[in-house]
Amino acid sequence: MRVMANVAMVMNLDKCIGCHTCSVTCKQVWTNRPGTEYVYFNNVETKPGVGYPKRYEDQEQWHGGWTLDRRGRLQLRAGGRVKKLAQLFYNPDLPSIDDYGDPWTYDYQTLIQAPLGTHNPSARSISALTGKGMDVKWGSNFDDDLAGAPEHAVDDPDLIGLEDRVRMEFEQVFMFYLPRICEHCLNPSCVASCPSGAMYKREEDGIVLVDQDRCRGWRMCVSGCPYKKVYFNHRTGKAEKCTFCFPRIEAGQPTVCSETCVGRLRYLGLMLYDADRVLDAAATPDEQDLYEAQLGVFLDPHDPAVQAEAAAAGIPHDWIAAAQRSPVYELAVRHRVALPLHPEYRTLPMVWYIPPLSPVADVVHAAGYDPNDPDKVFATIDSLRIPIDYLANLFTAGAAETVRAVLRKLAAIRAYMRAAQLGLDRDEDLPGSVGATPDDIDDLYRLLAIAKYEDRYVIPPAHAEDAGRLMGQHEQLFCSLDTDGGPGMGGAGPHGIASYRPSQPDTGHADQTFRADDGRSHFNLLGWDGRGSAPNLFPEPGPS
Amino acid sequence: MTNASTGELFLWVGLPYLALGIFVVGHIWRWRYDQFGWTSRSTQLQERKLLKWGSPIFHYGTFAAIGGHVIGVLIPESVTRAIGIPENVYRWFSAGAGTLAAVLVIGGVIVLATRRLTVPRVRATTASVDYLALVLLLIVILTGVAPTVGVNMFGHGYDYRSTVAPWFRGLFIGSPDVTAISTAPVIYQVHATAAWMIWIVWPFSRLVHAWSYPLWYLWRPYVVYRSRDTSRRPSEPGTGGRKWRKIGAPY
Repeated sequence: MRVMANVAMVMNLDKCIGCHTCSVTCKQVWTNRPGTEYVYFNNVETKPGVGYPKRYEDQEQWHGGWTLDRRGRLQLRAGGRVKKLAQLFYNPDLPSIDDYGDPWTYDYQTLIQAPLGTHNPSARSISALTGKGMDVKWGSNFDDDLAGAPEHAVDDPDLIGLEDRVRMEFEQVFMFYLPRICEHCLNPSCVASCPSGAMYKREEDGIVLVDQDRCRGWRMCVSGCPYKKVYFNHRTGKAEKCTFCFPRIEAGQPTVCSETCVGRLRYLGLMLYDADRVLDAAATPDEQDLYEAQLGVFLDPHDPAVQAEAAAAGIPHDWIAAAQRSPVYELAVRHRVALPLHPEYRTLPMVWYIPPLSPVADVVHAAGYDPNDPDKVFATIDSLRIPIDYLANLFTAGAAETVRAVLRKLAAIRAYMRAAQLGLDRDEDLPGSVGATPDDIDDLYRLLAIAKYEDRYVIPPAHAEDAGRLMGQHEQLFCSLDTDGGPGMGGAGPHGIASYRPSQPDTGHADQTFRADDGRSHFNLLGWDGRGSAPNLFPEPGPS
Repeated sequence: MTNASTGELFLWVGLPYLALGIFVVGHIWRWRYDQFGWTSRSTQLQERKLLKWGSPIFHYGTFAAIGGHVIGVLIPESVTRAIGIPENVYRWFSAGAGTLAAVLVIGGVIVLATRRLTVPRVRATTASVDYLALVLLLIVILTGVAPTVGVNMFGHGYDYRSTVAPWFRGLFIGSPDVTAISTAPVIYQVHATAAWMIWIVWPFSRLVHAWSYPLWYLWRPYVVYRSRDTSRRPSEPGTGGRKWRKIGAPY
């Protein structure tokens, strides 16, 4: 046994309202720089939908993740080491920028500076790649809330085998949101694909990072990740990815996406796992057994033997204590209501999801919802072939029974707790029928419905003796507004059009003085760096 | 050495040593200062159809051309003769394999140069040092291909192994044979001079990615674990208190 710790996340999809706050705050913190316009470390997809980039889940096309060779050994789906080196000069599996959408901004200055006239000025869309005009054709979330679903959603790879049963007509369609970040996998195929060895998994907390100094831009990680959560910065020529907000995690704070989630649907906690069992679990022959196999890799932090091994492996005491209180362990292992996203990629992902009951409940409601008759809910869950099979394609490699068990448990919590709240007779057989005790139901109710901040986020801080390297992986270690010509310096900001045009000549003092109504030249203090000269700052001495 | 003019001395002794010096010192400086900018600066994200053909053909052709130079210039004629390869066999092998490499390199560089100049998304990523390197590469390739194909394959042949090669090898043992190279045909002289210029540009351009061909990948473990090394301050650019600037990038 070789005990290692991994910070992990669970998202409760029933609570996601698709507001994209997580994406926006993440972008503000990590990727609001030229070169990363199209990069979303966190994005929220509408399901069914094609995803971002388009059809990323179709590994027949992109060859991400792992597969088993004929002798049952684990190998990268895109091919072995020799093949990777041979394809260094052209990676056949790399998505093009058009699969993400050509990033653009608008020429806002024409709106502000257009001369007075009869026609309203319009702001042209300008490509962040060329700085020239472009026509916007696709971008992240172009299919948000099923927009254009009859055209696009039918391309969702998770609909495979369900095509004949899924209707994209308004009345019959179902929909939910899927927020996605990097999975920080136990068996990361991006790390395995990186020829330079620049990507690594941190020993202490399992966060997967890119060493920006060692990345050489071979871009194998981008195609190697089946979730397409490693991105290529088209300005620096280096790979970047979700950092799990490691500077915050090290300080004991939740990630930005979790902290700002208005639905409070994210849970963060530590998982202890046996590193010696990872490869065997990832090589499980049947894809549908991978979920159970990954559960088998996790260690019970309440087990004294595990605690002793963890301590021997150098895991600090407070981390072991945090692992015992981990909401991720509770939801994924103890209560088994959280499921991994696409376990069939064999990367053993560490961001898990509680499947949404809502598309089910909607139909139940339409069929006449009776809170006193949970059997009716169960019956409806069972009859809902389409959403359950779809969820199974997402979370269990197609094993519908596992999803059904989770949904039944979620429905049971609702029925049981609703009866308790309303003072009705509780069906005491109900918890047992979903494999839980009344205490389990109560714990789940507190974790899922009450969801206190300190219960959702149990993050042991990195140890103080490790301080001093809580630095970002990026060059940008200062306020993003204070770049040359940024808004903090009086310019148009990092996303101004100027930033998309190479090497702007220095305008010098020409813009910094202006002639006021008194006929005198004045110096504009806005944008003065405080170092250069400031002509005309003070009035000329008068003749007196 | 007796009747070498100052100009010849500069071209065939001064320039090579200057280029070698800048090449070595420049790489050390770039490595210490700018590992963050040390990348192939791939544009496959922006354009993939032309790159699919141009890039592999050019790179593999270049490997062949480099291999040919090692055989023809670094290895003395006496060695190939001693191991029993007659001059005639060597010449036809050199001309044949050289022509194949030439076709690959020329074809690849035409596709890549066209792509870089005509695809707006790619052109926007191009720095001035890239244009300089591209022009020098084109000169080197054209002046290298012309004698290989025109003279050795279809012409009467020219034995560069008794003029260019001894001079080049002499540079590394401290006694370059200036007379030998200065009597060589002009096309060889242009080829060699442009090549030295590329050595000068090399450390300051994206060409540095050539030294990062990741052979280590063949035997390293798949998943890399790394500790949050406490002893080392982060070496990210901009954290050392000095202003850091990108090298060889247009932005």
